[in-house]
Amino acid sequence: MRVLGLSAFYHDSAAALVEDGCIAAAAQEERFTRRKHDARFPRSAIAWCLGSAGIAPGDIDHVAFYDKPFLKFERLLETYLAFAPRGFESFRMAMPVWLREKLYLKKLLLDELRTLDPGVDWSQRLLFSEHHLSHAASAFYASPFDRAAVLTLDGVGEWATTSLAHGEGANLSITREIHFPHSIGLLYSAFTYYTGFRVNSGEYKVMGLAPYGQPRYAQRILDHLIDLKPDGSFRLDMQYFNYCTGLTMTNDRFHQLFDGPPRTPESLLTQREMDLAASIQAVTDEVMIRLSRSVAAETGHRNLCLAGGVALNCVANGKVLRDGHFDQVWIQPAAGDAGGALGAALAAWHLHLGQPRPPRADGEDRMQGAFLGPEYAQADIERRLQAMGARMQVLDETGLTEATAGLLAGEKAIGWFQGRMEFGPRALGARSIIGDARSPKMQSVLNLKVKFRESFRPFAPSVLAEDVSEWFDLDRPSPYMLIVADVAAGRRREMTAAESALFGIEKLNVVRSEIPAATHVDYSARIQTVHAGTNPRYHALISAFKARTGCPVVVNTSFNVRGEPIVNTPEDAFRCLMGTDIDALAIGNCLLLKSDQDPALQARYETTFEQD
Amino acid sequence: MSIFRELWRYMRARRKYWLLPVMVVMVLVGGLLVLAKGSAIAPFIYTLF
Repeated sequence: MRVLGLSAFYHDSAAALVEDGCIAAAAQEERFTRRKHDARFPRSAIAWCLGSAGIAPGDIDHVAFYDKPFLKFERLLETYLAFAPRGFESFRMAMPVWLREKLYLKKLLLDELRTLDPGVDWSQRLLFSEHHLSHAASAFYASPFDRAAVLTLDGVGEWATTSLAHGEGANLSITREIHFPHSIGLLYSAFTYYTGFRVNSGEYKVMGLAPYGQPRYAQRILDHLIDLKPDGSFRLDMQYFNYCTGLTMTNDRFHQLFDGPPRTPESLLTQREMDLAASIQAVTDEVMIRLSRSVAAETGHRNLCLAGGVALNCVANGKVLRDGHFDQVWIQPAAGDAGGALGAALAAWHLHLGQPRPPRADGEDRMQGAFLGPEYAQADIERRLQAMGARMQVLDETGLTEATAGLLAGEKAIGWFQGRMEFGPRALGARSIIGDARSPKMQSVLNLKVKFRESFRPFAPSVLAEDVSEWFDLDRPSPYMLIVADVAAGRRREMTAAESALFGIEKLNVVRSEIPAATHVDYSARIQTVHAGTNPRYHALISAFKARTGCPVVVNTSFNVRGEPIVNTPEDAFRCLMGTDIDALAIGNCLLLKSDQDPALQARYETTFEQD
Repeated sequence: MSIFRELWRYMRARRKYWLLPVMVVMVLVGGLLVLAKGSAIAPFIYTLF
């Protein structure tokens, strides 16, 4: 039996196919349409999911949508009513969209499904799951645990912004919720907006900026914006926010509280923004820690699953883990709304259809390393690259691994395109740009010449799973790059007095460890452990790099430029090679050196994407 | 018409009959806005709306 899960119409549309309870395929629409956070119905992702499984649309037994539009409409109306007459401007903007489109979402879905196969009565197969139940299902059912507490936190779904659920076997039930407008995700987004970044994509930047600052506004946030209880529950003081009634996140009262207007996007970052980022990060950490402690006490569980957009905050995740109230913490790699598609499908399978969880190896989750997307056969890669005019060497697998490891050791930036694409926002060694973590210049090279993004942004290390504790203060796997921990003390370099005295962005160029390219200014790192079982080629590459250099760590960033979705096809990858200062591309068994390529094919294209 | 039937079923399921007049008024005002404006651009904070 097959269930197709869908998320769409808000942001990060995606499709996920579950066959007999196993996750067969999952992909985000943006990867196919090349439009970041694409919210349109995921036609391409569905077509790919069905094609990869070799099935026709009529073979789908159920389609599960990831949230309930009427409940969302109810929240909208009740919010406008509660704040009337304020909010008319927002109402004026939102109502046409709802009356023309979103209110008829069921019809819209059925119309789209009929285009797949007009002969099927899709209305009998279409199911709806609540937004936070979808998140919770994506976390619990995909996790390695038979019993666990499940915490989901995001901006907002229908009403819920934070949910606590209890999972056991095939059962999953939400036991407590915090409702809109009180939302830790929206509080974080308010600071994302206020510090001049884009809501819904700039939150990573705030998290990356935080270590440059001091949390000197944290107490002000706790005193005025959020009433945080000892059990982690909270209420926001809505006097300071504009998102219920206006078209911005914050209002004048908020701006007065923090001594000035929001930063203009793309303007110079100052110490103030860094301190604001550090402050909201500290408050988020505290909320997450208190919530997880109360969940542990309430449920008695020793395993915790996390999902929802806030669960992508790997700094807070690391603090929850180290707080020690749970033995194990598992975070859904597609914790944002794209993962809702997977969660809706899994919820339909287990809760609606009453099916048991399939057996799995002890301690293994069901995500297959998150490598659930498209892959390309060697012959297809060669054909596609030749059609693009690429010049390449075709090697055997070992030859490609050794040649790439040699290039890495020579401080080259490499596009690494192997196997199935990742599901979720992180590149995990299937569609990655990688570099030598030991190189002091790698961070700025990758930021400014390859990714065309802000120089302050840190890069994550990929480390062989068996070596993680020798290089980082972490004693367990972190395969999805969702845990932040410090570089091991023995690998750090002590700061001189002059270096210690540096402030903010000046800290950036100080070499802080044996792996400076992957060490943030506070010695932290967003760690990805690489496992031979789930990603053998990437594991072999880092092993070969280690054999040459003694270092089992490489820098890993997503294979794209700023504002671009991660590359999906060999053509996307070749375009990225020719449009940036990447030195080489290893794709399947093909190795392409930039210096070998026809210069006429070089074309910068980063301006074609809207800045995120 | 099926949308009205579905909305009614939803209100019964949620026991939120008091939403009916709110919905009627808001839908009427919203409908006027649709006719007057002719554009349907999602607001800035699209996650919420």
